[in-house]
Amino acid sequence: MNRSKFVTLLVSISLFFGCASSSDQLLKTDKGQVELRKMQSRVFDTNDSEKTLRTIIATLQDLGFVIDKADATLGTVTATKLEGFNLVMTVSIRPKGEKQLIVRASAQFGLKAVVDPKPYQEFFTSLGKAMFLEAQQVD
Amino acid sequence: MNTKTKSVWCISILTAAALFSGCETGVPKGALAMSPMTLESRKMSSRKFQTKDEEKVIKACAALLQDLGFTMSESSVKLGMLAGYKDRSAVQGGQIAGKIVMAALFGVNMAIDANQKMKASVITQPSKENPNETVVRVTFQRIVFDENNQISRLEQLKDVKYYKEFFDALGKSLFLTANDI
Repeated sequence: MNRSKFVTLLVSISLFFGCASSSDQLLKTDKGQVELRKMQSRVFDTNDSEKTLRTIIATLQDLGFVIDKADATLGTVTATKLEGFNLVMTVSIRPKGEKQLIVRASAQFGLKAVVDPKPYQEFFTSLGKAMFLEAQQVD
Repeated sequence: MNTKTKSVWCISILTAAALFSGCETGVPKGALAMSPMTLESRKMSSRKFQTKDEEKVIKACAALLQDLGFTMSESSVKLGMLAGYKDRSAVQGGQIAGKIVMAALFGVNMAIDANQKMKASVITQPSKENPNETVVRVTFQRIVFDENNQISRLEQLKDVKYYKEFFDALGKSLFLTANDI
């Protein structure tokens, strides 16, 4: 292979991987926002924010997370699980009407956002058991 | 370049490209599900104290973490939560000996553990069984970096001795006995 062919090959490879700046990741989502929100959210039949946040914290601890942050006013909890991998999770709550709360969880595995529905299903099943309430899909 | 050489080139480039792009791994199955170990782990990392004064307990936990050299990074008294970290050396005698042996026998410069970030998180909550008791749960984890500043270990610290020592010290500062949950 002569030099010009080699250079052409290198240029082709770099074009194949795209020329977008890595900083464009800042406001990028890996899935449609509506789809992502639906997969990450569940509704619970309770309006007790503090008890729900405390249950979220206890569930995350049961799942092997260390709690990094918790804010009762904002209704958010952030926790990290280190087990040969780095899994960071932020869980937030907000009221839905007067008698329900929406719990939303978003996770980052290593350097990637988790967009697979299965880990979220696992998390909400665990949380539902701890809440003694059924995790309902958001309409 | 004959056909065989071309195909070898092509395969090599594709393999290199695939490695460059990284493997697509996701959250391991069961990482967010309760396991049979959950209860055991909860028992190891929790104790209950005969007081309903949760604020007094969390203040004692904060003082203890400080005694142990942790820098407080986050706290929420309303939710009974404290988090702290400390950066310490992770150098171990055994690894240094291994490094010397590898260098002497094979001329290889093996990277060994150099430092670590240790994290602690304490959660307090009123006992569900007895409103006159407060349950404290502490969890520890660490990130170990090698001499090249690369992460060599990400782990939760599960040795029972750390938890026993922590709760014994907490019991002393609260003038209360740490009871199993």
